[in-house]
Amino acid sequence: MSTYAQKKGFGATLWDYLTTVDHKKIAILYLIAGGFFFVVGGLEAVFIRIQLAVPNNDFVSAGLFNEIITMHGTTMIFLAAMPLVFAFMNAVMPLQIGARDVAFPFVNALGFWLFFFGGVFLNLSWFFDGAPDAGWTSYASLAMASKGHGVDFYVLGLQISGIGTLIGGINFLVTIINMRAPGMTYMRMPLFTWSTFVTSALILFAFPPLTVGLVLMMFDRMFGSNFFEASMGGNTVIWEHLFWIFGHPEVYILVLPAFGIFSEIFAMFSRKRLFGYSSMVFATVLIGFLGFMVWAHHMFTTGLGPVANAIFAVATMAIGVPTGIKIFNWLLTMWGGSVKFTTPMHYAVAFIPSFVAGGVTGVMLAAAAADYQYHDTYFVVAHFHYVIVGGVVFAILAGTHLYWPKMFGTMLNETLGKITFWLFFIGFHMTFFIQHFLGLWGMPRRVFTYLPGQGFETSNLISSLGAVFMSLGVIVLLYNVIMTSVKNERVGNDPWGDGRTLEWSLPSPPPFYNFKQLPLVRGLDAYWLEKMEGKKGMTPAEPLGDIHMPNASFLPFVIAFGLFVAAFGALFNMDDKAWSVPVIIIGLLITFGAMFLRSVKDDHGFHIHKEELMEDDNDKGVKA
Amino acid sequence: MHAEEKLTYETWPAEPEKSTLEAKNKFLGFWFFLGGETVLFASLFATYLALKDKVPDSTHHLAKDLFELPLTFVATMLLLTSSLTSVYAMYHMKNFNAKKMNLWLVITLLLGAAFLVLEIYEFNHYVHEFHHTFTSSAFGSAFYTLVGFHGGHVAFGLLWITTLIVRNAKRGLDLYNAPKFYVASLYWHFIDVVWVFIFTVVYLMGMVG
Repeated sequence: MSTYAQKKGFGATLWDYLTTVDHKKIAILYLIAGGFFFVVGGLEAVFIRIQLAVPNNDFVSAGLFNEIITMHGTTMIFLAAMPLVFAFMNAVMPLQIGARDVAFPFVNALGFWLFFFGGVFLNLSWFFDGAPDAGWTSYASLAMASKGHGVDFYVLGLQISGIGTLIGGINFLVTIINMRAPGMTYMRMPLFTWSTFVTSALILFAFPPLTVGLVLMMFDRMFGSNFFEASMGGNTVIWEHLFWIFGHPEVYILVLPAFGIFSEIFAMFSRKRLFGYSSMVFATVLIGFLGFMVWAHHMFTTGLGPVANAIFAVATMAIGVPTGIKIFNWLLTMWGGSVKFTTPMHYAVAFIPSFVAGGVTGVMLAAAAADYQYHDTYFVVAHFHYVIVGGVVFAILAGTHLYWPKMFGTMLNETLGKITFWLFFIGFHMTFFIQHFLGLWGMPRRVFTYLPGQGFETSNLISSLGAVFMSLGVIVLLYNVIMTSVKNERVGNDPWGDGRTLEWSLPSPPPFYNFKQLPLVRGLDAYWLEKMEGKKGMTPAEPLGDIHMPNASFLPFVIAFGLFVAAFGALFNMDDKAWSVPVIIIGLLITFGAMFLRSVKDDHGFHIHKEELMEDDNDKGVKA
Repeated sequence: MHAEEKLTYETWPAEPEKSTLEAKNKFLGFWFFLGGETVLFASLFATYLALKDKVPDSTHHLAKDLFELPLTFVATMLLLTSSLTSVYAMYHMKNFNAKKMNLWLVITLLLGAAFLVLEIYEFNHYVHEFHHTFTSSAFGSAFYTLVGFHGGHVAFGLLWITTLIVRNAKRGLDLYNAPKFYVASLYWHFIDVVWVFIFTVVYLMGMVG
C-alpha cells in the first residue's frame, strides 16, 4: 500500500477523493465545498447590497430579494460556515490529540457527502421555479404560505445535510474520548480540540430538534398534515421553538471552534502559553451549556409573557460572563508575550474588538423590553454579522492561512494575506457598523427597498461600498491560493516556527497514517515542550509496529446520493406527479441498499507493515 | 486483540462488545447516537403535548374517546418482554453461545413483530372507526407522527437484527460481530424505553383527560 507516493492521473485522484476515508482528505473536501458555497453566499450578499445601495432600486424584484436573503443566510450558516469549521476540525483535531484517524472514518466520509448533496440540492432550487423565500429561519407562518417549491428545497436539503453534521459530531466526540495519544489527558488537550469537543456535544443535542422541525414542515407541505395549520388546530409557534432550540446552540457551534482557532493563534504568535488555560476550558464548557438555555430570546416579541422573557433575558446576559473570561485570557496571553504579527495574528487581534462589539449589542438585545424596539431592524442584522463575521469568518480566514501549510504543504503568501486582511477588515466594519444606526433609525430588515428622504440613503451607500472591499479581499485570497498552489514551494514540519501542538511535529502534509509511532505527551503544548528541551521531535510512546488503517469506500457517496434522489421524489409529490413515489422508493432503495451492503460486507481494513514504514524514511523527498 | 482472531469459549473476553478499539468506538458512538435520538423523541413528545386534542371542531374525536387500555397493555407487555429476551440473547453472547443467542434474538423479533401488528391494527381502527387520520387534525398529525416514529424505529430494528442473524448464522461469534449484536440490543432497549414514555404520556395521560 505504498502507492501513495506516486504521481496520479486526474481520474485516479478524483476517484481517490470520492472514496477517501482519510480525515485529511475529507478536510480538503470540506474546505473546497465550503469555500465554494462561501463564494455563492457572498455573491448573494453582494446582490443584496447592490439592491439596497440606492432608494427605490429595481435591481431585483421584491420576490427575488426574499429568495436572495433566504439563500444568503441559509448558505452562509449551513453550507459555508459549518463545513469550513468542519474542515479545520477534520484537518487538525486528530493530529492535535495524536490519533491516526477519527473513530469512524467511513462515517466521516458519509457526513461529508450528506452535507454536499444536501447543499447541492438546496441550491438547485434556483433552477426549479425559485429558491426558498421564507427567510433562513423559515418561520412556519411564512413558509406554509410560500408558493412554488422553494421551501421544499430548504426543508429537504437541510434535512440531508443536517444528518451529515450530526454523525460528524458523534464521530468527533468518540474520537476525542477514545483515541488520544498516551499522556494526552483532557486537561492537556489544545483549546481547539476542546472547542471541537464541546461543539460536537452541542451538535449532538441541537440538531435533532431541527430534524423534527423539518420533518413536521415536510409532512405539512408534502403529505397534508396540520402541525402549522391553525384552522386545523395547528400552531406555528412550535416551529419557532424547535428552530431556535436548534438555532441558538448553532451560533455556539459556529463560534466555539472560532474561539479555539484564535486561542491557538494567540498562544503561537505571542510565543507564550495560553493564559488561564483551565478557565478557558471551563468557559468553553459553560458557554456550551448555557447555549441551550437561551433560545427564546429570539422570540421575545412572539408573546411568551413577561416571566418567560425575563428568565431568558437573564440567562442570555449570563453568557457574557464566560465569554468575558475568554476575552481577558486572550488579552493576557498577548501581555508580555513576544508578539509576531503574522496574517493569522492580524485576524486574531482584529477579532477581539469586533467580537466584543457584537457581544455588547447582544447584551443590549437581551434586554427583553428594549428588544421590542430593536426587533426586526437593521440593528439585529448588524449585531449578528458582528458576531458571525467578526468571530466566525475572521477565524475561518485566519485558520485558512494558519493551517494551509499543514493541509497542502505550502505557505500562503504573507503579503497578500495581509492585503486580504486589511481589505476584509475595513470592508466589514464599513458595511456593518453603520447598520447599527440604520436599525436604530428604524430601517426594517428583510425589506427589499426603502424610500428617499427618510435619512437612509448615505448610510446604505456606505454599507454597500463596504461590501466591495470585502469582495476584493476574498478575490485577493483566491489569487493568493492560486499563486501559491502554482509555485508550490514545499515547507517543513513547523513552517511558522512557533508551533506548540502535535500537528506541527508532523510533516506538511502528514503521511496518511499521521504518526509512525504514537507520540508521548508530557504536558500542555506537547511539541513546544520538546522543542524547549532542544529535541527535534516527539518522543515515541510505542515501538515501531504495524499500523491498522481503514479501507477506502465508495459507499458513503452512494448512500448520500440515494437520499438526494429520494428528496426529488418527495419534493414533487405535492404536485401529484405520477413518478414522484417511484422516485422516492428508488432513492431510498439506493440508500438502504448501500447501507445493507456496508452491514453485510466485512471491512477489516488493512495493515501497513513495519518494513514499509521504514522504507518511507529512505524516500523522504517524495511527497504524495 | 484483533477483530479477525478466532476465539474459543476459554479465550472469549468478559466484555466482547468493547475489547478492540473499533468496538470501543462503536459502543461509545452508539450511546451518543441514542443521546441524539432522545432529544429527537423529546421534541416529538413536546409537539404532541402542544397539539394534543387540538382539533378543528367538535365532530372530531379526542384522546379520551380513542384509546383503549387492553390493546395498548398487550402491546406494552409484548415490547417489554422483547427487551427481556434481548437481554437473554446478550447473556449468551457474552458466554460465546451463538446458537442460544440467535434463538433469543428470534424470539425478540417475533415479539417485536407482534407489537408492530397490533400497532398497525390500532392505527387502522382509529382511521376507520373514528376518522382520526394523519390529515384530519393537528392532533392526528402529532399522534401519528410520534407513535409512528416509534413504530418506524421498531420496524428498522426488526430488519437490522434479522440482517445480523442471517449474516452471521454460519460463522458464529467473533470480536468483529459481537459489538454489532450488542449495539443492536442497545437500540432495542432504547425503543422499549421510548415506548414506556409513549404509554404513559400518550395513552395513560390520554385516558384521564
